[in-house]
Amino acid sequence: MKLPRFSRKTLCIPYAVFLVFFVIIPMCVILFYAFTDRDMHFSFSNFLQFFSDPTKLSTIVYSIVISLITTVICLVIAYPVALILARSKLKKKFVILMLFVLPMWINFVLRVNALRELFNLLSQADALAWLENANIFKTIVGMVYDFLPFMILPLYTTMLKIDDSLYEASADLGGNAFTTFFRITLPLSMPGIMSGVTMVFLPSMTNYVVSDMLGNAKVTIIGKFISDYFGNDWHMGSMIALVLLIIVFASTLLSGGLKSDENVRGTNL
Amino acid sequence: MKHTVLKNCLKAFVVGLVLLLLYLPILLLAVYSFDKTNMIGRFEGFSFTHYAALFQNSKVLGMIGNTFLLAFVAAILSTVLGTMGALGMFYSKKRVKMLINGVSQIPVINAEIVTALSLAVTFVAIGLGKSYFTLLIGHMVMCTPFVVLSVMPKLKQMDNSLYEAALDLGASPFKALMQVVLPQIIPGVISGFMLAVTLSLDDYIVTMYTRPAGFETISTYVYNATTKGNAHTAVTLASLWALTTIIFVVIVLFVLISNLAGRKKEADR
Repeated sequence: MKLPRFSRKTLCIPYAVFLVFFVIIPMCVILFYAFTDRDMHFSFSNFLQFFSDPTKLSTIVYSIVISLITTVICLVIAYPVALILARSKLKKKFVILMLFVLPMWINFVLRVNALRELFNLLSQADALAWLENANIFKTIVGMVYDFLPFMILPLYTTMLKIDDSLYEASADLGGNAFTTFFRITLPLSMPGIMSGVTMVFLPSMTNYVVSDMLGNAKVTIIGKFISDYFGNDWHMGSMIALVLLIIVFASTLLSGGLKSDENVRGTNL
Repeated sequence: MKHTVLKNCLKAFVVGLVLLLLYLPILLLAVYSFDKTNMIGRFEGFSFTHYAALFQNSKVLGMIGNTFLLAFVAAILSTVLGTMGALGMFYSKKRVKMLINGVSQIPVINAEIVTALSLAVTFVAIGLGKSYFTLLIGHMVMCTPFVVLSVMPKLKQMDNSLYEAALDLGASPFKALMQVVLPQIIPGVISGFMLAVTLSLDDYIVTMYTRPAGFETISTYVYNATTKGNAHTAVTLASLWALTTIIFVVIVLFVLISNLAGRKKEADR
């Protein structure tokens, strides 16, 4: 028997098989569980129950609001920092950017734990005793702390691409700082804002490590909600996962999809 | 002139302040990791107690070993699978390429909890249960798409005529691939590998859902120790400060060395 001739195309077969087994089939399994009842019969009961239960819907809204606040704070902090760094003439600005990325390489949970210890210390002071029970506040600070680099990096890379001559042209044409910002910097950094917002908004809606460790497990975001249901009711858990899936893909499509050339973790720096 | 100086000071202040806030929790842990007691807030005296405890606690050492071994194995396998996948996709017909690439994006965009849950449900449904195999698959699902994302741009930048020249000179397609194509995409392969390692090291949610009973990584251990803490864990929590400090120092050294090496390379040119 003659072996089939080596072809470069065949190299993607293992990956394609892997994706079918461990991405496509699991997604179908989730879909199957979401639309069956405990006896494995097809049913819409999870769907109807989900959309008629105010507590479930309010958890989703609550979680989206927390993510929105986190995203806005991240943007407000990251935007000036990225702009200052991108426009800076310093030769060493790369090193400063590195400093922002560096904490991301410490284990995520250890970093959250460090912040937790800082909050514990601060709440010992009488003036800051309110911190003890400010669960939502601590959760949001924790998320901003953890996801800030995800906002800074895409902003920085898009701002770096803005041609200096545009600023000069704006100044030559008599544009003041405000005009230059609103007519040049802001519109041209929009792609960076979009991918930064996606990078922060989605994990802060689902990553329940921060809310559990800093919010005394009193802040329930969608991710935590799914994992709680998964403990006793796979069908409902799958339904909520499906809803989350739709939210995630809808918001990704809205923000123009993921750009493959943006290395968000900064390993290409 | 005075105006510019003031503006520069303000810029430096903004960047410095954000950096300070980013590093404050880690520095706090670093200082108190050298304290005699395990109370943050009062420094009782300099000692290496927590570092000694860290290296004597076999449970802690075991979980550190687990974390790094898992990250290394998962990253190697993901890099091989992802590089092959990217190569195969690059040379496939447009429709095949679009299809595989689309599916490959799902784990990237998807919430970690949904990926983790869909895998866990599937593994249990087909009777695989939870084992080292499922844990490894879980981490590969998370990491491989990122390897593909880092290799793809290098393939697009590659000079395709070199491969054809190699064939014309009598190299077999396989040999040409290994000796001509691979060296050109190797930077992408390496950054994909690094990305896979950091993703795996950082992960809590996928590990939690696919790990076999009793398997602990740094993430699961710290998470459980802080959220379900008891009196006994206070001692080990203090040794985790020591661990955080060690990881932080290692990362800083790594960045410094790779920066210096990069500068030397540039100077050599």
